[in-house]
Amino acid sequence: MARQSALAEERQPRARAVEHRPLDLDRLIHERMRLGIVSALAVNDSLSFNDLKKLLKTTDGNLSVHARKLEEAHYIACTKFFEGRFPKTEYRLAAAGRRALERYLAHMEALIQATRER
Amino acid sequence: MASRPLPEPVPINAHAIDNLQFIRETMERAGAFTAVPGWGGALMGVTALAAGLAAWPQPTVEALLAIWIAGAPVALIIGVCAIIRKARSARIPLLSGAGRKFALSLAPPVLAGALLTLVLYRAGASGAIPGIWLLLYGTGVVTGGAFSVKIIPVMGLCFMALGAAALFCPPAWGNAFLTAGFGGLQIVFGIIIARRYGG
Repeated sequence: MARQSALAEERQPRARAVEHRPLDLDRLIHERMRLGIVSALAVNDSLSFNDLKKLLKTTDGNLSVHARKLEEAHYIACTKFFEGRFPKTEYRLAAAGRRALERYLAHMEALIQATRER
Repeated sequence: MASRPLPEPVPINAHAIDNLQFIRETMERAGAFTAVPGWGGALMGVTALAAGLAAWPQPTVEALLAIWIAGAPVALIIGVCAIIRKARSARIPLLSGAGRKFALSLAPPVLAGALLTLVLYRAGASGAIPGIWLLLYGTGVVTGGAFSVKIIPVMGLCFMALGAAALFCPPAWGNAFLTAGFGGLQIVFGIIIARRYGG
């Protein structure tokens, strides 16, 4: 039961993110590492796993977990290929991811605006 | 369901400002990958090759420098358009982040070069002008690219080395140095940047 509710909790933000209700905070990219991945990809056509790892100063495990979550929500697209004999993973920001970041930025700006007006 | 202890309240706008700052900083750091246009740089190099060829038969240093000066606005327009195009394709604001840093670092040495050109010309030392141009352009690229991908400062250092060499070589070699730098180096590095760092 507890496991089920944990699973439901895990699924819920993803579903919400894709549905994109305008006033809802997108939990999927609210998390720092994922916000970092999306922001970095927003200004690059594509970035390799290693580029992202260096840029966000994180570990292989942490980056791959967060990147997979974004990938599952179709926020980013991942391509794996061989460069010579070495496997390479490359990420791109998908249209849904760009929209999510734009919404998130608008949300943050609206929050700041709202508190200033008070 | 047991209630969890609530964390200390933090003003919501502080959170939002912090988040926006994080996004901006990440984009700026990541933007260093894209701010300098590769294909645009290579195209600038092609115009420089054309200028070098046109200047080749000129009898005096002043005459060949006049051709290079005439070609400069063309290269400048190409460069500016390429920066705008690259910023647009990556959807980064033009006047913030890495592009802005690069432009702000490149502009002062280029302006200094323009002034020195006038001074050296009036002092009758036009032969030193090609070396000064290469040296100062390289300086701007090194400082502008200091926090960018490594290839940018490396490109700047190559320009500086070429400029330094030009300063200690006979003035008659000036056109060859200018063509090798603004033409050759610009094209080679432009293609590398374009292929590795998204255009």
